[in-house]
Amino acid sequence: MSEVITGSFKVKVGLAQMLKGGVIMDVVTPEQAKIAEDAGAVAVMALERVPADIRAQGGVARMSDPELILKIMDAVSIPVMAKVRIGHFVEAQILEAIGVDYIDESEVLTPADEEHHIDKHPFKVPFVCGARNLGEALRRIAEGAAMIRTKGEAGTGDVVEAVRHARAVMGAIRRLQTMPDEELYAYAKEIRAPLDLVREVKRLGRLPVVNFAAGGIATPADAALMMQLGMDGIFVGSGIFKSENPAKRAAAIVKAVTHYNDPAILAEVSKGLGEPMRGQQVMDLAAEERLAERGW
Amino acid sequence: MPEIVPNPWRLQAQAQQVRSDTVIGILALQGSFWEHEAMLLRLGVGVREVRLPEHLDGLAGLIIPGGESTTMGKLAVEFGLMEPLRAFGREKAMWGTCAGAIFLSKDARRDQPLLGLMNITVERNAFGRQVASFEADIPVPALKVVAPDDERPFHAIFIRAPLIETVEPPAEVLARLPDGRIVAAQQGRLLATSFHPELTDDDRFHRYFLHLAQRAPAAA
Repeated sequence: MSEVITGSFKVKVGLAQMLKGGVIMDVVTPEQAKIAEDAGAVAVMALERVPADIRAQGGVARMSDPELILKIMDAVSIPVMAKVRIGHFVEAQILEAIGVDYIDESEVLTPADEEHHIDKHPFKVPFVCGARNLGEALRRIAEGAAMIRTKGEAGTGDVVEAVRHARAVMGAIRRLQTMPDEELYAYAKEIRAPLDLVREVKRLGRLPVVNFAAGGIATPADAALMMQLGMDGIFVGSGIFKSENPAKRAAAIVKAVTHYNDPAILAEVSKGLGEPMRGQQVMDLAAEERLAERGW
Repeated sequence: MPEIVPNPWRLQAQAQQVRSDTVIGILALQGSFWEHEAMLLRLGVGVREVRLPEHLDGLAGLIIPGGESTTMGKLAVEFGLMEPLRAFGREKAMWGTCAGAIFLSKDARRDQPLLGLMNITVERNAFGRQVASFEADIPVPALKVVAPDDERPFHAIFIRAPLIETVEPPAEVLARLPDGRIVAAQQGRLLATSFHPELTDDDRFHRYFLHLAQRAPAAA
């Protein structure tokens, strides 16, 4: 009876369940990590450059220096996540070796494989992956992702793509629930998803893992919008530390996610936050500048 | 304010029929509160999400879910919940799972807001980081009160879990790991578990908490 199991899918999804109703913030220094923790973040994403800078500076974006990630892990008591390139399983092995709490196999970095994502099942550390629609979400879950997030359009401060992806996933789940069982075979083929996972989503009425919003969230209202659309929690990337008053904005977004359904409180926390990140309209981006297209 | 799209983790819970007059609150600042709701609704009990002090009125008990204790503590302070929660816990049943157990303790060896209602001290992330999170079967003799014929150990799920370091009267130990470390404690109608019964299909802990919430305070 004293058998102890680590690294099971249950404990991988379990950590994401504990993050629900919370805000995960991108940080590039231990000092920013501390500001995020003090503002009430449930976790931080440790990286060298926030997506807005990756976008502006160009070049190949890779896993961050493990030394920086370790310094951030030392600075805070909350979980620390870090990003690897799509398909780069050795970057993932390195992050597992230093003990990060969650790995984001992220389209924000330059993909390392144009056909295959990482086989995430053999890892003890859980993975979160981006998805634009139900089929993509279920392909990632089949590969072992224990948490899904919308891709949105990272580093823009424009929430429109996150809304599009949230509505695509949630809308497909709602349609699936009224779909007769004999139609599931063709539907699974159409969305390129495993049949057993399609059946599971129909039964549950949700993804079998936690589903966060990410990519373009910059204000408390953006965060509450994504929560009211049925997301389980929020990632904020460039939106906090590219704004005028990061500590105040971070705390306001945390409160907005808890009280996402209370407009009076949302109004209160939205007051006097200073300038948000300037941002960039997604509709002005050329197709090759859109990070959400990465991933297969 | 009706929700535009109810969160799907709760949608499941709402399909259940409430059969009891008892309403249990779930502190819904952050964390696994929808999982607790689903479990209670399955037991036929009414539930209410608690985000502001006025939401505590008329509740028979309160569950503080798993999540990040620093986040919960900060939000509880900001929205004036600390004193109302302490007053509630002095009179009614309260149960904290993981982060909730930390919140109920009197000391977590770190500067963060705590309710200090239970005479226990905890060590946060005592087992290590996420790669060390684990599942294990543990004996919990107290559950016999609600499930006399059930001999199964409790399948406990530990996520970056805290350890209960010290338990002093009137608090008492409720469960230990096979190596003797303390993972559950009780003090009258207050309950602390460092693991997550809300992540399992086993409702014995929730029934045990309801038993505490529904019994007369004098018996506590």
